[in-house]
Amino acid sequence: MGRIFETPLYPYSRSPDQDAVVPARHRVVVVGAGPVGLATAIDLAMQGIEVLLLDENDRVSWGSRAICFAKRPLEILDRLGAAQRMVDKGVVWQLGKVFFGDRQVYDFNLLAEDGHRRPAFINLQQYHFESLLCERIFEMKAADAPVDLRGRNSVTNITEQEFGLELDVDTPEGPYKLRADWLIACDGAGSPIRKMMGLDFPGQVFEDNFLIADVVMDGDFPTERWFWFDPPFNRGQSALLHKQPDGVWRIDLQLGWNIDREAAVKPENVIPRLRAMLGEGVKFDLEWVSVYTFQCRRMERFRHGRVIFAGDSAHQVSPFGARGANSGLQDSDNLCWKLALICEGKAPESLLDSYDAERLQGAEENILNSTRSTDFITPKTEVSRIFRDAVLDLSADHAFARPLVNSGRLSVPCVHDGSPLNTADALPGAPARTRPGAPCTDAPLGEGFLLDRLGGGFVLMTIDAESPDQVAAGGITARRLALRAGDDATGALAARYLGAAAQGVYLVRPDQIVAARWAAFDQASVQAALLRATGRA
Amino acid sequence: MKMAKLITTPNLPDPDGFYEELLAAHDGLSKAESDALNARLILLLANHIGDLQALRQALAAARREGPEAELKAP
Ligand SMILES: Cc1cc2nc3c(=O)[nH]c(=O)nc-3n(C[C@H](O)[C@H](O)[C@H](O)COP(=O)(O)OP(=O)(O)OC[C@H]3O[C@@H](n4cnc5c(N)ncnc54)[C@H](O)[C@@H]3O)c2cc1C
Repeated sequence: MGRIFETPLYPYSRSPDQDAVVPARHRVVVVGAGPVGLATAIDLAMQGIEVLLLDENDRVSWGSRAICFAKRPLEILDRLGAAQRMVDKGVVWQLGKVFFGDRQVYDFNLLAEDGHRRPAFINLQQYHFESLLCERIFEMKAADAPVDLRGRNSVTNITEQEFGLELDVDTPEGPYKLRADWLIACDGAGSPIRKMMGLDFPGQVFEDNFLIADVVMDGDFPTERWFWFDPPFNRGQSALLHKQPDGVWRIDLQLGWNIDREAAVKPENVIPRLRAMLGEGVKFDLEWVSVYTFQCRRMERFRHGRVIFAGDSAHQVSPFGARGANSGLQDSDNLCWKLALICEGKAPESLLDSYDAERLQGAEENILNSTRSTDFITPKTEVSRIFRDAVLDLSADHAFARPLVNSGRLSVPCVHDGSPLNTADALPGAPARTRPGAPCTDAPLGEGFLLDRLGGGFVLMTIDAESPDQVAAGGITARRLALRAGDDATGALAARYLGAAAQGVYLVRPDQIVAARWAAFDQASVQAALLRATGRA
Repeated sequence: MKMAKLITTPNLPDPDGFYEELLAAHDGLSKAESDALNARLILLLANHIGDLQALRQALAAARREGPEAELKAP
């Protein structure tokens, strides 16, 4: 039986578009069926927008890539009907240990807050993640959703014409042309689309090499994240051990800058290193071994006319902090409802400026976090190493030093303070975590959870407050979700959304970000906020 | 939290005694060990102060940047 990453999941088959005399026209073409392109296609199709997904390959991702998926992306996938299968397959973890030299300096528990449907993180190989998203697409296709996925369709050229975009696509049976109203470039960090358009990708390369290995072993290591600074088996460098499903373990070994990269991945060099790390008696097999250098880059703008960049094509971070795929899914979440409204003629194209503003902010925050982690893990000057080691040394005995230890700040969504779509906070006494611009925090509601009840679309969420069943403005309707603080016996709903306020009215965007909140319902205010949140104010 | 101004007027009850103890803490240490001790000491004191404004003023003063530089700090 072939392994999942060796099996064509969406093999090439000839499309009628290839025989069309006039190039066939599609609403939205998504280029690249990585995590971000797959999620984007699902999201648009679920909103009834016709979408064609093209990939130059016909199978899931190759090699050691993402393993850590955070809560917010899982919540997004819940809305897309794909999270449960990820959580079922994935490894849920919350314990970690930090080692310095030959001793353990401390351990931690992520202590995820109660009352959320989804865990803080799951570990899952990117190839499983992608294959589960493909599975979702196949289900949707079988149910006649307007989505198509074409393997071995490589986009080789793109031109902007009066009628929209025209693409050249190469296939095993030769090239053909396609037209599109919109193109979403999810074609990865090396983005050919970005290059075809002559756009820059400025940033910084970290001068270091990492050996990344995925090994299959039966070792009785616990389901924890272990991080070593300067361990005996990799002196002067760092190391990471983290569990994935199917008995696979991710190992990262920092190698330094001036090394022979080809020699480093040879089994005769890798195996002794891993043996020194894992212990003599442990049997293991290598699934993947590669050497990576990491970089942080981003485009100046993500939207260029009818071409929109999302995921790694738009921004790239080092993997410390697991912000690559995680943030790409948030790009897609932010983009799809906006583009759907524009396609339906319900919002102006300028609404996409807010995609740029909000996701540039996200990318900046991710790059900042990832750069700080990289600087801590791989100190580049003598004094930065002295301070780094001092922090680690103190962390063994003093709790204050532990928050300074930075082996990767795990991905959390950013709050879009100052977004042009926000309406000023008008709910005095309510907690900051659910202010306008913040993604809604989950909360239990009896047997279910808040975020599932929000779903997609605009929602007017009332807690112990009166309002009509729906409010419309400019052709867009917000449906009411009427809640009582008492619906959640644990008190989390009230703590997260009311705080000191007696009641509250929230306007929530289709991506579950708070657009506005008030102490009481007022028709004109809600309508104005709805117009503002859809780019018409 | 109340932001304090960095105290730069005499504030140590026994200056000579403290200075002696500071040097004594480095007794018998190599340069590398002393550097490490200084780093630990700075981190311990910074946490004790816990006031970003005072810490930024201290950083600026240590860099001899004067009070104007501190105002420009993020
Ligand atoms: C070692 C490592 C560890 C990582 N760990 C994590 C982690 O724990 N968590 C996390 O969130 N992220 C992690 N990442 C980052 C994550 O892998 C990426 O952020 C993610 O793959 C980006 O997804 P994407 O869909 O934007 O692009 P990609 O996954 O790169 O997909 C791009 C797709 O576009 C296709 N394509 C390219 N050009 C064309 C073309 N011309 N025509 C048609 N198709 C094309 C490609 O075939 C590919 O399928 C890690 C990365 C590495 C290298």
